[in-house]
Amino acid sequence: MAEKMLTVEELEIKFELRGKTLNAIRGISLDLHKGEILAIVGESGSGKSVFTKSFMGLLDQNGKITGGRIMYYGADDGKPIELTALKKEKEWYKIRGHEIAMIMQDPMTSLNPLKTIGNQIMEAVMLHQKSSRAEAKKKTLQYLEDVGISHPDRRFSQYPHEFSGGMRQRVVIAIAIACAPQILICDEPTTALDVTIQAQILDLIKDLRHKYKLSVILITHDLGVVANIADRVAVMYAGDIIEIGTSEDIFYDPRHPYTQALLSSLPQVGVKGTDLFSIPGTPPNLFTEVKGDAFAPRNPRALKIDFVEMPPYFQVSPTHRAKTWLLDPRAPKVEPPAVVEKIRNGGLI
Amino acid sequence: MEREVLLEVKDLDVIYGERKKKYKAVKKVNFKIYKGETFGLVGESGSGKTTIGRAIMRIVPSAGGEILYKGDKINGRISPELDRKVIKEIQMIFQDPQASLNERAKVDYIISEGLMNIEKGISEEERKARVEQAILDVGLLPEFSSRFPHEFSGGQRQRIGIARALIMNPEFIIADEPISALDVSVRAQVLNLLSDMQKKRQITYLFIAHDLSVMRFITDRIGVIHKGRIVEMAETEELITHAIHPYTRALLSAIPMPDPRHERKKKLLVYDPDCHDYAREEPAWMELREGHFVLANTKEADEWMKE
Repeated sequence: MAEKMLTVEELEIKFELRGKTLNAIRGISLDLHKGEILAIVGESGSGKSVFTKSFMGLLDQNGKITGGRIMYYGADDGKPIELTALKKEKEWYKIRGHEIAMIMQDPMTSLNPLKTIGNQIMEAVMLHQKSSRAEAKKKTLQYLEDVGISHPDRRFSQYPHEFSGGMRQRVVIAIAIACAPQILICDEPTTALDVTIQAQILDLIKDLRHKYKLSVILITHDLGVVANIADRVAVMYAGDIIEIGTSEDIFYDPRHPYTQALLSSLPQVGVKGTDLFSIPGTPPNLFTEVKGDAFAPRNPRALKIDFVEMPPYFQVSPTHRAKTWLLDPRAPKVEPPAVVEKIRNGGLI
Repeated sequence: MEREVLLEVKDLDVIYGERKKKYKAVKKVNFKIYKGETFGLVGESGSGKTTIGRAIMRIVPSAGGEILYKGDKINGRISPELDRKVIKEIQMIFQDPQASLNERAKVDYIISEGLMNIEKGISEEERKARVEQAILDVGLLPEFSSRFPHEFSGGQRQRIGIARALIMNPEFIIADEPISALDVSVRAQVLNLLSDMQKKRQITYLFIAHDLSVMRFITDRIGVIHKGRIVEMAETEELITHAIHPYTRALLSAIPMPDPRHERKKKLLVYDPDCHDYAREEPAWMELREGHFVLANTKEADEWMKE
């Protein structure tokens, strides 16, 4: 087993909203291994962005970590850092950028329109790698080339508006890499881009991971993107990871009814002329305490116990576990939906 | 049997800007949409697909060519009677449900605004009844009609947008990326709703999207558009299984499939617009397989067909 970069233990995050408490993250445990690409999948509101923002101390004012801890093991001196114990902004400065960097969804808004892109990258290099100006410029040109921008010397002095969406996202990635991070968090990095550009950016992330020995956390709602890039996949629902495993585990042997339902509702697996599978109902209200399996009210085949008691993780294989009572030895045998068979046999194309 | 053509677009040009800043967004586009079918336009951002939809809706003026609806020309100057007919029978569903609903109006008003404009003198009773029916048709509850748009989720707002189109009893709906702004699980619901409506009311759709995997599920025929030109057009399955034009093939190769093994060994094709040699021979619209048209010159058509 690869060495661990980050561990999350029983993390709980709550938000205070208009006098009410929102249980955004309900006790998540997760390990991130060195050099892997871990995808976190879920619908909007499932808490995937909040969860990863807590690694960088970027929660909104009204959000608080109320339980559990996050440990970071990638520091230069090799000492573990307890991220949940960091209080001052100053302490976070050491983590943000240099240890953990983040790429946001929208390349249109994450660059400064008044500065040349060269200067924006150089700024990161000088701050995080403590380089001189001349050295930083040399490195910046190298980064631009690494992220696939042609004519770096000319592009260096251009402004963001002179770049297309895909090229801007490459610049954003260059800035993140210029901080020389250990962990790169990509929050929906390709959602705003065209499919052909999306494919190129995904390839770029895969290349950079090897070149700079990064561990990548990719947040997305697109299962196609996940299949393309991820080594491991964590499926989030209502503030909890309900299933986690390797890509093969999740796509060829999904066990949680929610994972199965997500896969079934993809247009890629739909048969023309028939209705596409859609998940009935809506996600639970996290202002109130969730009882049992959070997905049970939307699961037509839910068991009685699903409404009473929250299922623990059941280990399916050494790499694969899921929170569903269906894996309990006493549970009735339920056949996986047809879509699983279809994906397994490569019957999609 | 000859199928009835509902909409025909002939040599359509759309130009944005004036004089020196002119930009030709749509260049000599031709296609027909038959009654009852779903025709898809696929392309990347900036390809002109939305502009074509808007030209048919007459939101943007066309610079050349003709748009024929049931045989009548509807672009340029038209008679007031035809104008009313077109407004009633052609409706549009927009991409972003956050931006396309009037934040200050109640759902009841949003849905019936078009109705009140076209069927002047409609009784309050009938209006109410039709709003309620439209709301029920799209799977919402009648009591929602007194609420404001901000009280709804993205999927519900898109349903309101669909109800607003349906209440006019349209024959033809232009759906411009109706599901791109929605969550995966909600996408399926909206797609199902659109195809249900088609079955029940024989509505014809022009479906505009950038995602070929969605297109494959919902459309009968697809036109692939690149830089304002349609480069390939065929029945959906034919287009996806036997794509000929390099741009279409690049698009297809970029769709991420939910199958890790397939994704890992997949080779990404990149389309280079300079790969065409059009200096000697201009490209023309050719039928290379039955019902399968490609924009190509004879030399490259021969090469592509060999592959």
